[in-house]
Amino acid sequence: MEEKSVNKTNSNGYTFMFAVILVVVVASVLAFTATSLQPTQRENVRQEKMQNILATVGIETDRPGAQKLYDQYIVEELALNQNGEVDESKNAFEVDLAKELKKPVEEQTFPLYIAEVEGKRYYVLPLRGNGLWNAIFGYISLKDDVNTIKGATFDHLGETPGLGAEITKQWFKEAFEEEKIFDSNGNLVGVSVVKGNIDASDKDDNKVDAISGATITGDGVSDMISERLKRYLPYFEKQKDIKVAIK
Amino acid sequence: MAKEKKYNSAKEEEKKQEMILFLSDSEEKEHFLSKGNRKLLSDPLDDNNPITVQVLGICSALAITVQLEPAVVMAIAVMAVMAFSNMIISMLRNLIPSRIRIIVQLVVVASLVILVDQILKAYAYDVSKQLSVFIGLIITNCIVMGRLEAFALGNGVYKSFLDGIGNAAGYGLILIIVAFFRELLGSGKLFGFEVLGHKGATLADSTGLYALGYENNGLMLLSPMALIVVGLIIWVQRARNRKLIEAN
Repeated sequence: MEEKSVNKTNSNGYTFMFAVILVVVVASVLAFTATSLQPTQRENVRQEKMQNILATVGIETDRPGAQKLYDQYIVEELALNQNGEVDESKNAFEVDLAKELKKPVEEQTFPLYIAEVEGKRYYVLPLRGNGLWNAIFGYISLKDDVNTIKGATFDHLGETPGLGAEITKQWFKEAFEEEKIFDSNGNLVGVSVVKGNIDASDKDDNKVDAISGATITGDGVSDMISERLKRYLPYFEKQKDIKVAIK
Repeated sequence: MAKEKKYNSAKEEEKKQEMILFLSDSEEKEHFLSKGNRKLLSDPLDDNNPITVQVLGICSALAITVQLEPAVVMAIAVMAVMAFSNMIISMLRNLIPSRIRIIVQLVVVASLVILVDQILKAYAYDVSKQLSVFIGLIITNCIVMGRLEAFALGNGVYKSFLDGIGNAAGYGLILIIVAFFRELLGSGKLFGFEVLGHKGATLADSTGLYALGYENNGLMLLSPMALIVVGLIIWVQRARNRKLIEAN
């Protein structure tokens, strides 16, 4: 190529050659970077997951410190099937809900994390559902009565900043604390995100106040919570030491 | 890279003989921060600012100037992309077939943006989450392609590098000024710190300016206000720098 003068760069053959070489070089550089950075990126995602799980049981930590606290407080990771039986062959932490939700219910695996903080037992359930534009997800933790919510975290892929994306904000998460997931008749209703002035101090109404301008994202949160919770009922009913508030 | 550089300087010698004399071809003899080179850095900050004078890259100025922190990270990311894409295109400038030069520029810019995105994901995960799609959108930032087409294709590597840094700095400067006013007036904060006092639920709970009945201007958080702030900056700049005013 070195011998070619500037005007030769306009020939068809040269143009094709140049394009091919450029694409091959660029592709190899990108592929190399992506593969070499992947372990670090995966680790970040893992740590963030631990951080989120810990946050629902009231333990705030930064990302690098998550692993240590996770090992300390999370006592069990269970992979459940739809009948509430523990599947020992699966690693609950590695279960990808995005893939699970595409399978029929009978084939899905339901991860459950059990935390013990200051002698109290909490059940942490991963959530995933649909917002307005894309997936929304998060974690919700239940106290040992399997009725009262200890904490919740939410995140999203592509909700509108300032509207749907507000579900990640502290004030929205806090509204879920102490809410009940069963109504007074013992039916599992989850927690609904509802428009109108919801009394934040009433923790037995199964409702939290919605974000104005984010009705569909809010409905997505409600649906996600009730859909996911009901999958874990068979497991909770089997546990003798848990008195599930169902009639 | 080294080989390319060597080849490039050989090419430059050749070009000199062909009497196609670009200013930059004598760059080896120039002091590395000569007056001309300094001008490449300082011009885009004021006289030839990409946003306020060339009116390029307005789109991202709307999107990421609600808060200072993402604006600063965006400015740094754009600077990295511009400096390196300008350098790479300048190195290849005598090799690129002119018919596919826009596509070549796009490929170079897109790969650099993906690199920046991957590196942020690995080493600055929280920032990368905050900027989400906007890093990817650097590809569509007209300043990057504009400088490649207007400068890097016709100038030497070092000058192109300076031009990239200078233009990105000019872009970043406006971004940071806009973000400063939007965050201050819109949420009463700077870099997330409550500089105007704390706004409580009632007047009695509030401190600082809020205790006097001050309210944040929610309009500042919406995109149109970015344009209005940019407009005000253009006004101030032209009032101060008369030569920017068009003759008619």
